[in-house]
Formats: sequence, structure tokens, C-alpha cells
Amino acid sequence: MAKNDMLGDSLWDAYSNKVTTLMNNPQHQGEIFQEEAEARGHKLIVADFGAESCGDAVRLYWEIDPKTDKIVDSKFKSFGCGTAIASSDVMTELCIGKTVQEAVKITNIDVEKALRDDPDTPAVPPQKMHCSVMAYDVIKKAAGLYLGVDSESFEEEIIVCECARVSLQTVKEVIRLNDLTTVEQITDYTKAGGFCKSCIKPGGHEEKEYYLVDILADVRREMDEEKMKAAADASVAGEANFEDMTLVQQIKAVDAVIDENVRQFLIMDGGNMEIIDIKKSDEYIDIYIRYLGACSGCASSSTGTLYAIESTLKEKLSPKIRVLPI
Amino acid sequence: MQVYLDNNATTMCDPLVVKEMMPFFSELYGNPNSLHKFGTATHPALKKAIDQVYNALNASDNDDIVFTSCATESNNWILKSVFNDHIVNGKKNHIITTEVEHPSVLSTCKWLEEEGVKVTYLPVNEQGVVDAKTVESFITENTALVSVMWASNETGAIFPIKEISEVCQKNAVLFHTDAVQAVGKIPVDLNDVKVDFLSMSAHKFHGPKGIGALYIRNSRKLTPLLHGGSQMGGRRSGTLNVPYIVGMGKAIELATTNIQSKMASIRAKRDRLEDALLELSDTFVVGNRANRTPNTILISIRGVEGEGMLWDLNNGGIGASTGSACASEDLEANTVMLAIGADNELAHTGIRLSLSRFTTDEEIDYTIEHFKKGVARLRAISSSFAKQQPTEGGEAKACEMH
Repeated sequence: MAKNDMLGDSLWDAYSNKVTTLMNNPQHQGEIFQEEAEARGHKLIVADFGAESCGDAVRLYWEIDPKTDKIVDSKFKSFGCGTAIASSDVMTELCIGKTVQEAVKITNIDVEKALRDDPDTPAVPPQKMHCSVMAYDVIKKAAGLYLGVDSESFEEEIIVCECARVSLQTVKEVIRLNDLTTVEQITDYTKAGGFCKSCIKPGGHEEKEYYLVDILADVRREMDEEKMKAAADASVAGEANFEDMTLVQQIKAVDAVIDENVRQFLIMDGGNMEIIDIKKSDEYIDIYIRYLGACSGCASSSTGTLYAIESTLKEKLSPKIRVLPI
Repeated sequence: MQVYLDNNATTMCDPLVVKEMMPFFSELYGNPNSLHKFGTATHPALKKAIDQVYNALNASDNDDIVFTSCATESNNWILKSVFNDHIVNGKKNHIITTEVEHPSVLSTCKWLEEEGVKVTYLPVNEQGVVDAKTVESFITENTALVSVMWASNETGAIFPIKEISEVCQKNAVLFHTDAVQAVGKIPVDLNDVKVDFLSMSAHKFHGPKGIGALYIRNSRKLTPLLHGGSQMGGRRSGTLNVPYIVGMGKAIELATTNIQSKMASIRAKRDRLEDALLELSDTFVVGNRANRTPNTILISIRGVEGEGMLWDLNNGGIGASTGSACASEDLEANTVMLAIGADNELAHTGIRLSLSRFTTDEEIDYTIEHFKKGVARLRAISSSFAKQQPTEGGEAKACEMH
């Protein structure tokens, strides 16, 4: 919130002139019929995306020359707001003259860019970006029908942010490489979540399969797990630095040293000991232990025995160790 | 031609109202609370405005009508102070309202829920209203307040406020009505309809923006929302907004004098417009005409998305409105349309036209012509009316949502 937010922008004033012109007068609106296409020796593909009940629907017509796979003509029908009409119109324009294989490569950003008046000013405000996404989806569907494959197969990667076309892989990599901890950082690095905001968290205007908040939480958890696993592997390999181990690893390590060097002597005297806790500070690693059986109350338990335990642990694990019986 | 058909959003300030307000900016600018003549010189006009408002609503001298900044303030005040007086400092914990109230009621209720209040949101029936029996069936001994709008901003549907006020009285529950869309459009007689509290706003009946009122029957105790210099008998502090109070008085008088004949004139134009638009195929209007404010039409046009239609109307110089997808910030379907049980697809095709006493027959003719042109153009583009069916496998799945 700041001065610029005190009065909301006028939605329609944010449209480019090209959007406005095509809304008022779309160039490729209309239908191509089966008989016409066949009469010209071409194949007709008609694909729908969206529905009236969602508030947006588009029907795309491709007349394709089967010898070359070239889209010789394309038209559209649209139930939607003006931006949906304008982006559908530009979409058909972009399809004409391309082969089906080339058309699949048209992205929603291509559609939006084609609607700009100048290269640096967005054609529509952020909340209208979803209209150009529909164009992209219906193209994939039409191509799938023509080539007889699942339209999902054109999607080489999973897209998290449809507006900025940022893939799941990119988001994950950026979090890892830059050690990101907030969604705002992800948006700064990738632009994902900067437009319609649907991909940030559930409850936006569109339901998504992946949300940035979940991806961030998952990657952070994976990163923590990897850190722990690395420490554990190092400890198994005997290369571990005691001070970098997790608490459980430290307890195991202390137990192993005690088992090997100390416990047998305590048991011979009818006693034993157990580890209660380990507390770390910058200066010391305090290991709290409790004597069991004959050891508890034994005079040397706070002198000689204690000294023997502490010096063994210091030697084997870390010079920072102090042993505190309780 | 420019035609303004969005009078449920706001109205033109009547030039006669502006004329009445003018002296109170630079000539009679004293603070009414001052002892000197500059201050007291404003009193006759303020007294007149108060009389105009009481007369227009047929309120008793024992009732309070407190001027506020707008109906949003009035609605916030009643809900938050009932919460304070009867829930925080009382034994009640329940408020009943409807799903179709104005955001100033609904958002305040959502906030009260976060504060631990139980709120019941009643759905409307297929006529777009809630009946008194339904309200009564939800009243419990814990109910502190019932708040139901007098008329809907979206559909114009008039709620049975007299009957609801009676069941509230019978069950000894306080009753508030947001009458923003009723005052000045239909008769509001508070001697006949015994509500405890009523909110209104001047800019909905050709008064200025930034002034409204809360009516409080029998001067009932209600903690103030604004504390301060104890203006308006301590009920609402803040220096009296003299020109706007004067304007509201004049506006309500103009709107309610001979209201029956004014209603008949607006209704005739509205019905003519509605009949003409219903000549289009695949259209329907929400709510029974007889039970609607006489100025309102909410029409659904199959295959024509709401914002697209507003765009075409705007190109023709016609200002209308929609609650449907795309136009509003949150891109949600029109909740009122969904509440009345309209299909999801119709919820995106609603256009609201709201007339005023300044709407002319020429404007209606012009609107009919342009509206039909817009529908013809957009239906020609619409996928809903396309003939060539999709290639097998190319059909859309239900709502893939983008």
C-alpha cells in the first residue's frame, strides 16, 4: 500500500490500443465448416477450451493442408471479455502459415507480446493475463487432435506460473541455488507469481496443481534433509566432524565411544551410565550423563571415573566436550 | 448520447440539491457548536434538514436519526456496537444476516466471526429474497441481532422487512436493515415498519456522496463508533458536515415527495426497457417485476459475457454494471445470481441496468437500440452460438479454468 494504491486503476484504460482495436473489430472471428475444408482437400480441426460456466470459453478452428501439416486458415469463436476476444484473434493470426509442429511452440507470452503497442509496455493488466493463457491451451489441444497425441505431451516441463511461463524445475533450482526463503524472493528472481497471483497459494482466481508456497516448503525441507543426510553419511564413513553432527548422531557417537572404552569397566564394578542430553554452545559441548547401579554414589564417580570418561570423549570426539553427571 | 443506467451504484446529485448546499461552503461556514452568530446561523438550515429526513421516513420524535459519513459507516457502527454491547458485554453470541448483503455488512460480519461471533448467512430463495419464517427459524436465545437489507442493489428484489421486523419483535431480537437501495426508491415508513436500526446513504437518492445516516428507534442505547466532541448528542462525534446534511435533507425530500407518481414514471420506463430486451432470445430477468425496486433490471443474456457487454454498451455511451467474472477485481461469478439458483453459466452473463427519475424516454429508446446491437455483435463472436462442432475429443471438459 502506498499513494498509488489509494485509487484503483481503471482496468480498461490499461489495455493497449491493439487490444482495444481487436476487441471492437476482431479480424479472424468466425467459423470454418467441415464441408468447406474437405472440398479444398484440407483437414479441419476444431478444439474447445473453457466453458461459459467458467466465464471464458474459446473455440479454435484450424484448416490444415495434410501434405505439409501447414495451417492454411484459422478462425475462432469466443465467449469472454474483450481481452479474451483480442487474444484469441491474435492467436489465430499467429497460427496462420505455420505448421502444426511450429504452432505448438506459440506461448501465451507470444500472444501477449503480439498485442503490445510498444515492446516494453504490457498489453493488458496482470489480472487479464489468464486470457492469453487460454490461447496457449487451446493450441495444444488442437495440435494433439491433429497429431493424434495427448496434448499434455507437448508440455516438456511442468509450468507453475502460466503468466510468466516459469517451470517447476526453474522454481526449484532458483530456490536451491540462491537459498531463497520467501515467495517474494521467488517472484523477484523468476517473475513467477508476479501477475495473476493464482500460483502463489490456494484461493486465487484459478485452481492450480502446484503452488509456490508448497514448492518452497518442499524444497526447504529437502534441503534440510540433504544437509542431515550428508552429515550422517560422513559420520558412517568416519569422516564426520562431531560438532557438525545432529543431536541424535552425537548421542550415537558418544554411546559408541563409551561402549568401546568405558562401559566394560563400569559393569565390572556392578555399575553403568546413560546419556541424558547434549547441549551445544560456541565454547563447549556439554554431555549430561547419569550413573546407574553401584556407580551412583561411588566416590570416584565425580573424580577419577568422570575424568576418565571426559578425557576419552575429548580425545575421540571433540576437545570442546565437558561431561556433567547429574 | 450518454446514458447513465448505473443508478444503484450512485446517482447524479440533483442540481436543486447542489443549489441548497452552496451557501454553506463560503458564506455560512460557522461551526454549529460555536456560541457566536457564525455558528448559530447554520442552525435553521440544519433543523430544516433534520425535519426533512424525519418526515421522509415518518420517524417519531422519540427516534434518533444520526448523520454519518456513509452507509458503510452506519453498517459498521451497528454491527460493531451490537457486538460490543450485547456480545462482549452481554450474554449473546449470534448474528443473523443474508448471503447477499452489501460488503460493508458481509465483511464486518466476517471480521466479527474472527472475533468469535457466530454468524448465520441466510441464502435467498429463487425470488432473490429471504422470507420472515426462515429468519425466525434461525433465531435462538443467543441471537443479538438480525440484519437484512431492505432491497437488493443487484436485483432490486424487495425483502419482506415488515414481516421480518415483526418476527424479531416477537422474539425480542434487535433488527437492523440496510435500506440504502430502498430509501428514495420505494416508500419507507418507519411508523408502519418497526425496525430498530436502519442505514441509508444520500448519494443513492440524488444527494451528495459522503453523507448517510443511522436511524435508531426510541433512542436506544448504542455505543458510539466515533468518540470525540460529543456532536449529535454524543452519538457520533465530528464537526457536523453542514452543507452535506442540508443536501441530504433536500435530496430525501425531493425523492420522497409524491413518491408513488415518481415510482410509476420510472417503472413505466423500466418495464418498457425490460420488455424490449426480453424480446431477445435466451434471456431472462431475475426476480418478479412487482417485487422489485421500480428502477432495476438484472438481465442474463446467454452466450454474452458480462464485461464484454459492458464494453460494447460503454462504446455506445451507456454506463451499466455487472457483478460477473472479469469485471470485478476478484473475478468471481455474480454471487447474487448463484444465490438465486441461476446456473453457473448464467452467473457470468448478468447485466444490471438501474434507472433514475432523470432517465428519459429518449434514453430508453437509445439504450434498447444499442443493447440489441451489442448482443447481436457479441453473439456473432460467441462460441456458445457456433455451429461447427468440435473435432471428436476436442470438446471442453467442464471448467478447465483459466
